[in-house]
Amino acid sequence: MQTIDLSEVGLRALNKTLHAQTNHTNQTNWEIVNPKGAHAIACGLDAPIEVTVKGSTGYYCAGMNQQATVNIHGSAGPGTGENIMSGKIIIEGDASQYLGATGHGGLIVVKGNASSRCGISMKGVNIVVKGSVGHMSAFMGQSGNLVVCGDAGDALGDSCYEARFFVRGTVKSLGADCEKKEMRPEHITLLQELLDEAGIDADPSEFTRYGSARNLYNFDVDNAGAY
Amino acid sequence: MNKHDPKGIPHTTPRQSATFTQDVNSDIRRAAATGIYDIRGGGAKRKVPSFDDLLFMGASISRYPLEGYREKCETSVTIGGLHAENPIELDIPITIAGMSFGALSGPAKEALGRGASAAGTSTTTGDGGMTPEERGHSDKLVYQYLPSRYGMNPNDLRKADAIEIVVGQGAKPGGGGMLLGQKISDRVAEMRNLPKGIDQRSACRHPDWTGPDDLEIKILELREITGWKVPIYVKVAGARPYYDTTLAIKAGADAVVLDGMQGGTAATQDVFIEHVGQPTLAIVRPAVQALQDLGMHRKVQLILSGGIRSGADVAKAMALGADAVAIGTAALIALGDNDPKWEAEYNALGTTAGAYDDWHEGRDPAGITTQDPELMKRFDPIEGGRRLRNYLKVMTLEAQTIARACGKNHLHNLEPEDLVALTMEAAAMAKVPLAGTDWYPGKPNTPF
Repeated sequence: MQTIDLSEVGLRALNKTLHAQTNHTNQTNWEIVNPKGAHAIACGLDAPIEVTVKGSTGYYCAGMNQQATVNIHGSAGPGTGENIMSGKIIIEGDASQYLGATGHGGLIVVKGNASSRCGISMKGVNIVVKGSVGHMSAFMGQSGNLVVCGDAGDALGDSCYEARFFVRGTVKSLGADCEKKEMRPEHITLLQELLDEAGIDADPSEFTRYGSARNLYNFDVDNAGAY
Repeated sequence: MNKHDPKGIPHTTPRQSATFTQDVNSDIRRAAATGIYDIRGGGAKRKVPSFDDLLFMGASISRYPLEGYREKCETSVTIGGLHAENPIELDIPITIAGMSFGALSGPAKEALGRGASAAGTSTTTGDGGMTPEERGHSDKLVYQYLPSRYGMNPNDLRKADAIEIVVGQGAKPGGGGMLLGQKISDRVAEMRNLPKGIDQRSACRHPDWTGPDDLEIKILELREITGWKVPIYVKVAGARPYYDTTLAIKAGADAVVLDGMQGGTAATQDVFIEHVGQPTLAIVRPAVQALQDLGMHRKVQLILSGGIRSGADVAKAMALGADAVAIGTAALIALGDNDPKWEAEYNALGTTAGAYDDWHEGRDPAGITTQDPELMKRFDPIEGGRRLRNYLKVMTLEAQTIARACGKNHLHNLEPEDLVALTMEAAAMAKVPLAGTDWYPGKPNTPF
């Protein structure tokens, strides 16, 4: 285990050290102490390493992550895991807005709640939230899965494309062109896999699936009021 | 006696309305027939105050010119030296603006890279990600970071020579984009991670930041991911150039790209293009003022775009304080877009060469703004690249000609004092004297 005190080395040195790790590194476990809500911690990683941040983080922690596992032992600021490509981000506390924005792949797990616009423009990432998510979550979601074990706020899945949303609790309102969908066996299987990977004990049969009604895929003047 | 007027009363001449012109009436008829606003490509077509309203005075007894073929007039420019480890060094101050793969064909993007590289300048990706064609053929490639983040990935980000965070576009300040289903080929769909054939909306705001304070943090993140190696530009529409330039600089931008309303787009509402934004002429001085007020002029570079067509436009932009310019529509025309040789086919599409702007429909006879494999075959990227290089060279020579005539040994040495304006509007916008006077509207300490 390598320990880096962010308050001593500074952000540039921290990220430079983590970026220097390759696919063949022997130093696979890293601990960052004294994060103190700093921005851009451990962003742009691209190696099979595990990084644990002992505290809360600011904007864009683990942004554009590839391969790495990043544990945040605190709460996470806006845009955490933005554009994640692969790997895993596990947030022990709550997540601020824009969690996993435009993420292309990988998994993000939130043990607490996630704020508004969780999974905005998601492009393949899987996000599992043990608590609830705020308004406009998965806005313009293109692909991937958003699993919400609690409730979802207003306008879930507004203007979404092919992303899937599984919500166990209530949905305050659905966004434009988002509708309730049938929960078929393949969705139960998929959801069980996501919950297992996230380490969350929940019964998939208690969830409801939502997704695009596909009415806004091609412009139709009769749908203009929905925009 | 007039057969329609048996009483012999003289008729007035049939008179068209200046309000309800034939163009306006056709817009109304089209709207009534379709129920949808008109979407088109390109920039503002209306006549606005422009660089055509400015003239260089040239040399005189008090200023002596440089000899055209003996005395050098430098054209190089360095962009991004303030924060980046590897600033961009360009031979000429004319860059290629961002145009997406999707809006343009792969071969067209290749041609832009070939032409720009041969002329010693940079090209720019667009809303749709980086293609191997343009990376492979562009010596200097600027990677646009857009609200949609289509095709965005850190591997391509690290291949870029600079990153351009796009906040706005001159054709549609505050607007997103739309790539209609006709142009969503398998390859475009895969790059954008969306189903084939659907209309692809591009967001108007970034999904993970809002406002200048967030922008500063976003720039920090991008610098960290790319190791502080490459310059980061911020592109804004010509909406509030003084404040937008100020905020971009304070957020840490290495360069500000400022796009006036004549700047083109792949597709948006005609009403947006024609009625939102400011002319390119009007935005450059406020942006330069912002740079000067912060002590950043020539440290943070200003790249001006929107209707730049000639070496004269380049020279005028630089005289007003820009460090470089970017061209988009002009580059497409150099490649062969709207060429009269396709007139019969333009006619078949209900238009004429020079007026064709339905680039979003994907039926471009020139094979440039299309994803149709048959139409794409008409375009030769090697020939297109050669034509673009020639055009860039001519623009550069033209700008040098003017600069030498003004006694300048570098294009950057051109200054507002070299210019006069032909109209009151241009004088006010450019803050240079109305020709024949020493006055412009708004000049400090002068009575109106």
